[in-house]
Amino acid sequence: MYKILRKEKLAPSVYLMEVEAPLVARKAQPGQFIILRVYDMGERIPLTIADYDRDKGTITIVFQEIGKTTKLLAALEEGQYIQDFAGPLGKPSEFDGLKTVLAIGGGVGAAPLYPQVRRMHEMGIDVDVILGAKSKDYLILTEEIKPFCRNIYIATDDGSVGYHGFVSDVLKKLVEEDGQTYDRVIAIGPLIMMKVVSGITKQYDIPTIVSMNPIMMDGTGMCGACRVKVGDEVKHACVDGPDFDGHLVDFDEAMRRQAFYKDEERLALLTLEEGGQCQCH
Amino acid sequence: MPLKLERTPMREQDPAQRRRNFDEVALGYSPDEAMKEAQRCIQCKRPLCVDGCPVHVQIPQFIKLITEGRFEDAAQKIKETNNLPAVCGRVCPQEEQCEAQCVLNRKGQSVAIGRLERFAADYQMERGIPAPEQPIKTDKKVAVIGSGPAGLTAAADLAKLGYDVTVFESFHELGGVLVYGIPEFRLPKALVKQEIESLKRLGVNFVTNVIAGNTLTIDDLFDDGYQAVFIGTGAGLPKFMDIPGESLNGVYSANEYLTRVNLMKAYLFPKADTPIKKAHKVAVVGGGNVAMDAARCALRLGADEVHIVYRRSEAEMPARAEEVHHAKEEGIIFDLLTNPIRIIGENGRVTGMECIKMELGEPDASGRRRPMPVKGSEFIMEVDAVIMALGTTPNPLIASTTHGLDIQPWGGIIADEATGATSRPGVYAGGDAVTGAATVILAMGAGKKAAAAIHEYLGGKK
Repeated sequence: MYKILRKEKLAPSVYLMEVEAPLVARKAQPGQFIILRVYDMGERIPLTIADYDRDKGTITIVFQEIGKTTKLLAALEEGQYIQDFAGPLGKPSEFDGLKTVLAIGGGVGAAPLYPQVRRMHEMGIDVDVILGAKSKDYLILTEEIKPFCRNIYIATDDGSVGYHGFVSDVLKKLVEEDGQTYDRVIAIGPLIMMKVVSGITKQYDIPTIVSMNPIMMDGTGMCGACRVKVGDEVKHACVDGPDFDGHLVDFDEAMRRQAFYKDEERLALLTLEEGGQCQCH
Repeated sequence: MPLKLERTPMREQDPAQRRRNFDEVALGYSPDEAMKEAQRCIQCKRPLCVDGCPVHVQIPQFIKLITEGRFEDAAQKIKETNNLPAVCGRVCPQEEQCEAQCVLNRKGQSVAIGRLERFAADYQMERGIPAPEQPIKTDKKVAVIGSGPAGLTAAADLAKLGYDVTVFESFHELGGVLVYGIPEFRLPKALVKQEIESLKRLGVNFVTNVIAGNTLTIDDLFDDGYQAVFIGTGAGLPKFMDIPGESLNGVYSANEYLTRVNLMKAYLFPKADTPIKKAHKVAVVGGGNVAMDAARCALRLGADEVHIVYRRSEAEMPARAEEVHHAKEEGIIFDLLTNPIRIIGENGRVTGMECIKMELGEPDASGRRRPMPVKGSEFIMEVDAVIMALGTTPNPLIASTTHGLDIQPWGGIIADEATGATSRPGVYAGGDAVTGAATVILAMGAGKKAAAAIHEYLGGKK
């Protein structure tokens, strides 16, 4: 059992939790993820690590209430426990040899971006950041990321703050109009955002790394559910990723695979809402 | 007494019923049936059956105890060498091991050793397993990675020798393939839990949610005071065929399919949160036990039609004879000498699988006759789910984070066959992590040998 030490609501239906998991905290690196299970009939879901504190022995996760599992998780309060919490999984992100990086986070994608930006800053890499969200209320971690980047650009779909439009529009403006050059673009967010960003950076030959979050079950390199087509190869996000070359990832296939259990996800949610209560106690 | 040529039949759930439930198929012997079967054993002076057993169960001795009605003593006798008799009695390929060596084979059917083993173990379990003798503790710590059959066996043997043993498991549940792979109807999970409980009573510590190689590396374990490590991490990434269409929705590896059903209890969805898609016509590709398990799970999940698609003939099938027999009884259709060449889909979902007929040619490297495609025999099977049961490659996590551990080109950990010793002093390995996909009992045999070798390494006597 893993104790929730801190819970914060960052945005509508978006939560941050700091969880006591000393063994995971001892090893966690930017780019890695954990697998958790809320209660004994729960499913295993992967969440990318948003922060870690080796001294306190904690891992921070940020998630959005979407399906049954994230709703059950959001219903837990400080002092309560998560049944299972395993990690760190996946390969850490690599930043060797980089000088200038553009890091793009869409929605809750800002959370896994945060430790990456901080690490790059520590390594002396100049990082520009674009954060995008539906509206001002949905923007998260802007203040936390700010100290570690050179410039920060905000984009909202409704224009309630920052640029009125998508992160991809800001990206275009930076490289096309402002003539900015980057050794690498890092994009974390919804598949469609990562697809669009990768499409743009390909035109400008900017190497691009995306963080894939496909359906997983065990997360430890055993079930093969998380396979992702990268160029001519079939890779497993859990052990080969989650970072992959955005120019090679087959995003259309990834989107199709992600939607496979849509009906079941809806049914699970419906059952939860009709049941009207948390089933974990 | 005249020799009885035929073995005592074991009661089973009726095929028409069991094909739609997850309850155990084989129901076991009653005490009378067990005694009747045990009396068929002629108590060979030099029993070949014992040589056929990877953990050398004292077979004639335990069978004799059954003839005397001393069932619990029989179970204790088995446990002298086999820590998981209730499991082995159910899942060992006895017909290739102990029972293959039985002299009765020459005239009739071998003694049903597996069924008797199961009977004795179950009998004892129902009455409560006696508290194990507490060994004299040493202050030496040994880490065991993986709580599958290899790890559990090594842990039990080491605990009996007095070591302070901790088993690290990456999943949230203990048992490895016994809980994620082998279905409830073949190996009830309550029974695996009981076997693990006995290990806990022996003093073995268990820690779940530790992914060795990531959460803790081998070096961390040595730093934390462990003096030897046994790696029994089991199966890794599943193999696919590398044919078009394998990324379509509805194509599963058997590992994924079975783990969803067994470990995550997807058959209870939406009561359990992990879903599995309902399929009407399912093709399972492969001919091993895993293929049979996947096919029979698909049937129990409500499929109208389930096919086993295997490129060789039944004679070459690696599955236990009993599993093939049970699968047939339940109505699984066997498409033998058939090989998939392409999976077909619409809107990203599987709708069919194109196959080609095969014929057997000259023997290949495995000694089995090589299947060759028959030109022009292509045909399309209409299916809405395809499960690939083609074996696995060893789990890559430990190999990639452990310094000085030699690995085969295909990913298996290189370990001495007699001792399990790896290229790194104090580190031993066994089971599927070393051999690639094999059986429960072979993994147990490897765990046993490694435990003995670790004992010797830590200064114990042979």
